[in-house]
Amino acid sequence: MTRPGLYGLMAEFSEPAAVVAAARKVHEAGYRKVDAFSPYPMEALAEALRLPKSGLPLIVLLGGIAGLAAGYGLEYWASVIEYPMNIGGKPFHSWPAFVPPAFETTILFAALAAVLGMLALNGLPEPYHPVFNVPTFALATKDRFFLCVEATDPHFDLDRTWSFLLSLEPRVVSEVEQ
Amino acid sequence: MADAADPGLARDATPAPPRREELVGPGHDFASVTEKISSIVLQRRTPWGWFVGFAIAFALLQGMLLAVGYLLFVGIGVWGVTIPIGWGMDIINFVWWIGIGHAGTLISAILLLLRQGWRTSINRFAEAMTLFAVACAAFYPVFHTGRPWLAYWLFPYPNTMGLWPNFRSPLIWDVFAVSTYGTVSLLFWFVGLVPDLATLRDRARSKPWKILYGILAMGWRGSARHWHNYDTAYLLLAGLATPLVVSVHTVVSFDFAIGIIPGWHATIFPPYFVAGAIYAGFAMVLTIAIPLRKFYGLEDFITMRHLENMAKVMLATGLIVAYGYMMEAFMAWYSADTYERFAIWNRMTGPYWKMYWALILCNVVAPNTLWVKNLRTSVPYLFFMSLVVSVGMWLERFVIIVTSLHRDFLPSSWGIYRGTFFDWSAFIGTLGLFTTLLFLFVRFLPAISIFEMRTILPGAEVEEEHP
Repeated sequence: MTRPGLYGLMAEFSEPAAVVAAARKVHEAGYRKVDAFSPYPMEALAEALRLPKSGLPLIVLLGGIAGLAAGYGLEYWASVIEYPMNIGGKPFHSWPAFVPPAFETTILFAALAAVLGMLALNGLPEPYHPVFNVPTFALATKDRFFLCVEATDPHFDLDRTWSFLLSLEPRVVSEVEQ
Repeated sequence: MADAADPGLARDATPAPPRREELVGPGHDFASVTEKISSIVLQRRTPWGWFVGFAIAFALLQGMLLAVGYLLFVGIGVWGVTIPIGWGMDIINFVWWIGIGHAGTLISAILLLLRQGWRTSINRFAEAMTLFAVACAAFYPVFHTGRPWLAYWLFPYPNTMGLWPNFRSPLIWDVFAVSTYGTVSLLFWFVGLVPDLATLRDRARSKPWKILYGILAMGWRGSARHWHNYDTAYLLLAGLATPLVVSVHTVVSFDFAIGIIPGWHATIFPPYFVAGAIYAGFAMVLTIAIPLRKFYGLEDFITMRHLENMAKVMLATGLIVAYGYMMEAFMAWYSADTYERFAIWNRMTGPYWKMYWALILCNVVAPNTLWVKNLRTSVPYLFFMSLVVSVGMWLERFVIIVTSLHRDFLPSSWGIYRGTFFDWSAFIGTLGLFTTLLFLFVRFLPAISIFEMRTILPGAEVEEEHP
């Protein structure tokens, strides 16, 4: 079983291929509360962990639609309802002229949605996280690859998970304190 | 082949090398790439050359202080602008700076979508260049309003005067385009920096820097789940920035093309302005990249192949710009409009004929030398060409703005424009602002994207077996 104060077990790898293979085996063994850490984005790692598709595209689409509505709505409201002015005999609702600003607000809102949505989905900013307690974890932003099985996983058992992770031939397996 | 001392070039000599290896010098791994790029920021001693460069840049920035101080004290009459030339060097410089910014977005967004691996080592500082160029550009229209403390009137907001901007005017489109462009460029740049800030946080030796980089990195830990969303966000931002960058210079060209002034009222303006922006921007990227790689010994990362590719982009966009000049002249003749014909003829033979032919020399004749491979792969020549192109593009904006305005329909309202001391000091001041910001950037942030460099190293990509 587990012990109080334990966040999980962390296996450390030095080769990208090794961590991908290990992640696949951990997933096949039934562990679901698993995370991997790499110094650069690895599509293969996300596939090995069978991560679900990111929900971000939908957020960005909604952001873009909101931006379009806000931009065009502002132009319509200002030029037709609140402050109608005859400029060179053009109609109050000069829709072709309203396209460029509405286009820009669409992009602006969508881009903000992409960045804020990404941060929200990732739960960032998050200054403290238990994985930072692993002494060599600073190398995760340099040249090491890590695989962490959390203690809250139903399959987790300190001894059995430990020896299972060792069988994946990591450099080292260490306990992660809360 | 040629210069064997240059690792990038030497690799070209081997028959059909694997493409990705050309982008990074031989013998690099995750650790060495991280070490090399982050050490520029984390080294304790600042190289003396940095101080010399920074001092020069900062001294130039004082020119801006002088120009702005006197301008605010007296008014925009200290500039040479006067009717009929209401748009002088301030708008020339605005268009010049905003155009330079475009290459940064092109490299970071469009080349990312096109899967051009060679963008990886140049995108970070090109994006920084974009941000700083937009900051320099924004200075001009804000101060050209004459009352910069009321510049917020440009934005639509509920006010006690009950006024709203006229959305049919290209000038308000400009406000939306440039402010969106600045914001999205900043977001794109910052998102790209987050994983590298985490690298700096984990490698900084002194506590205050660890804390500062730690705050900026927002607790990034390289989790696979995070990378998954991160990659999606980065791609989507690239997809959004691509039409944005095209729209920005299109809108800038509308400032002219929507007007009825002969020489401005042309449908070719949007594509020709966008091509000119990329042309000028790549020249500026080269102007920055060449000293940067030399000074910090980054020849392994910014290889000859990068420089040659940038030269090729410059050549291609230069030819589009040349086509634009040809079409301008052709359409003036073909329109059979007296004023349009006069405007072009006046450009070529009028009081500003020297500017026009210098522009043709810089932007039409000079870039064609880049067809020659020996010239295209000569670093000093590329640096020289990048400066020629920057001058040429400045002249282009001068010719478009000044020669069109100074003689329009009525000879009784003709005039002559000359930049005053305060015009020039403002321009030199923004050059100082730009270089000062670049020096600070290179010292405190990684000038090359470390995590993206890792992805192009041999063995970085792992193929997942699909069961």
